[in-house]
Amino acid sequence: MSLATQLPRTGEGNIEINQLSYRDYLSMDEIDAIEHEVSIMGKRHAAGIEALKLVQKNRGWISDDSLYAIAELLQMTVSQLEGIATFYNLIYRQPVGRYVIHVCDSISCYLTGYQAVSEAIKAQLGIGYGQTTEDGMFTLLTNACLGSCDKAPAMMIGEDHFEHLTPQSARDILQQLQQERGKKPETTQK
Amino acid sequence: MTTETPLTKHINLAQPLAMADYVDVGGYQSVKKAVLQMSASEVMAVVKDSGLKGRGGAGFPTAMKWSFVPDFEPQDPRYSEDKYLICNADEMEPGTFKDRWLLEGVPHQLIESMIIASYAIGANKAFIFLRGEYHLAARRLQTAIDEAYAHGYLGSNIQQSDYQLDLYLHTSAGRYICGEETALINALEGQRANPRAKPPFPQVSGLFGKPTIVNNVETLSNLPHIINQGPSWFKALSNNQDAGTKIYGASGRVQRPGLWELPMGITVRELLFKHAGGMQPGLNLKGFLPGGASTDFLTADHLDLVMGYDEVSQAGSRLGTGGIIVLDDHNCPVGMVLNLLKFFAQESCGFCTPCRDGTAWVVETLTRIEQGQGTKQDLDSLHKLCDFMWLGKTHCALAPGAVEPLQSALKYFHDDFEQHIDKHCCPYHGHH
Ligand SMILES: Cc1cc2nc3c(=O)[nH]c(=O)nc-3n(C[C@H](O)[C@H](O)[C@H](O)COP(=O)(O)O)c2cc1C
Ligand code: SF4
Ligand code: FES
Repeated sequence: MSLATQLPRTGEGNIEINQLSYRDYLSMDEIDAIEHEVSIMGKRHAAGIEALKLVQKNRGWISDDSLYAIAELLQMTVSQLEGIATFYNLIYRQPVGRYVIHVCDSISCYLTGYQAVSEAIKAQLGIGYGQTTEDGMFTLLTNACLGSCDKAPAMMIGEDHFEHLTPQSARDILQQLQQERGKKPETTQK
Repeated sequence: MTTETPLTKHINLAQPLAMADYVDVGGYQSVKKAVLQMSASEVMAVVKDSGLKGRGGAGFPTAMKWSFVPDFEPQDPRYSEDKYLICNADEMEPGTFKDRWLLEGVPHQLIESMIIASYAIGANKAFIFLRGEYHLAARRLQTAIDEAYAHGYLGSNIQQSDYQLDLYLHTSAGRYICGEETALINALEGQRANPRAKPPFPQVSGLFGKPTIVNNVETLSNLPHIINQGPSWFKALSNNQDAGTKIYGASGRVQRPGLWELPMGITVRELLFKHAGGMQPGLNLKGFLPGGASTDFLTADHLDLVMGYDEVSQAGSRLGTGGIIVLDDHNCPVGMVLNLLKFFAQESCGFCTPCRDGTAWVVETLTRIEQGQGTKQDLDSLHKLCDFMWLGKTHCALAPGAVEPLQSALKYFHDDFEQHIDKHCCPYHGHH
């Protein structure tokens, strides 16, 4: 049941949210997994971050619809959950590419040549930080220290970490992923 | 002298020991000993005698922290209320990567350790708060937790005792501030990770308002060995008054960046030249941060400094996490400090003005100086900002942590700052 609601937002015109009951929007597996987190914490709203992460893992990012559904399931206000979703940098509130690239820009990577690697990645993808390639394959973001400081420079793509990067090795890694373009375009990464 | 490496002896990064193999090398012995033969206060006493101090950065004596957890009499209605142990595995301080080694390499050791700590403080529920980026650690920890349940080390009646403990893995969704213990508790409660006002301290009122102990991964990992081999053995491991070993690290342009478990209290020289192999060819040591991004710079004059809590404090810095970040003479110190302050500005939770605005001002000012557009007044304002963000003026320790590398760079690399201003450019530019 879809009750398309017009929500006025100051300065931004209107946005449309297909406000569904969470039961129509979230899968049974998602609901079960979130309820499991609730049972661990003993309080519904305490599972908010886990719920956002679970839904994002399945759907790639947290849409307004996802936000509404999770808030309803956890019996919290949407603005409360939005305050949480926007606080944490690993919750994506915009669509992201199939591969989200997090390049470490912290100190040990800086000292060992992160800038050249970073330039090579931007050139290879033709995008800057905070952007997604037009084919929806890659989103490029920075990340604070990835804990690979002795193997710097480092980056993380999805759940995989890459270390000892050079401009060339970074290009090679991306090229390999680019070759997969078209194979399974719509799915988000596990 | 043979050096013992209790924390890392059984590390295997390719494939950590599964339950059976871990038990074969003596794993979980300490749990049996503690829950079957010792009272909680006896465990506490052994840890107190061992002199173990927190490895999360502040070096607070572990048993003393535990002793603040209220010990209610059985007739007190609060006696049966929950208490919690949380392992701080949020490791995000730039230049710090030691906990990752323990988490990925020997996850069972952490679980064993958490059972000991939980037993000592009387907690029946424990959490590992793991940073979201450590995906491999998450998978390995979850496997180990499942195995520990299956083998009667977690759950009810642990090893046929009447002690019960449930242990859960929480993976975080990012932000450095989550590592601050009260912010971490808010994050675990599903809230924004703004630090809480102290007092009340978490030991009294933490997770869901209940007594809570937050300890670092490395701190906890010492516990099985202390229980098995005793406090005197533990004390004898170190070269100085701090007991035990320490996982030291080195990053930057040294020959062999890495991690080493060494006796607490070795010198900087030994660490950087013996273990890290000295500087890469053509480079000289210009300075270093002894224990992560939020510690004061020291210089080549400090090579004989002992890497212990008191010694490094007396030299004007902090041992911090023991992860040395090395600045070479071809990297610009102003650029380095700018990178560090960008991190703190980005990771400021925004709750209090000195930190939220101060770190942003510092970044703006340092950017100007690095680009050759700085003035002498900019140096004055940087000094003022250091004061503006110092201890006692902010809601948590993030801002003072940001000040440490800045104030010490202004002191030790004063000439470099001046040159940027006088020459209207970065003198290091093109020297990489
Ligand atoms: C901004 C900030 C970030 C911190 N991050 C961490 C961290 O990632 N891991 C950690 O163990 N301690 C971190 N700490 C220190 C914790 O607040 C706390 O002191 C520590 O977990 C206590 O453990 P210990 O007593 O075993 O050292 C951080 C502190 C601050 C102020
Ligand atoms: S010092 Fe910074 S991180 Fe700490 S509470 Fe204030 S704004 Fe937040
Ligand atoms: S600074 Fe880049 S991995 Fe630590």
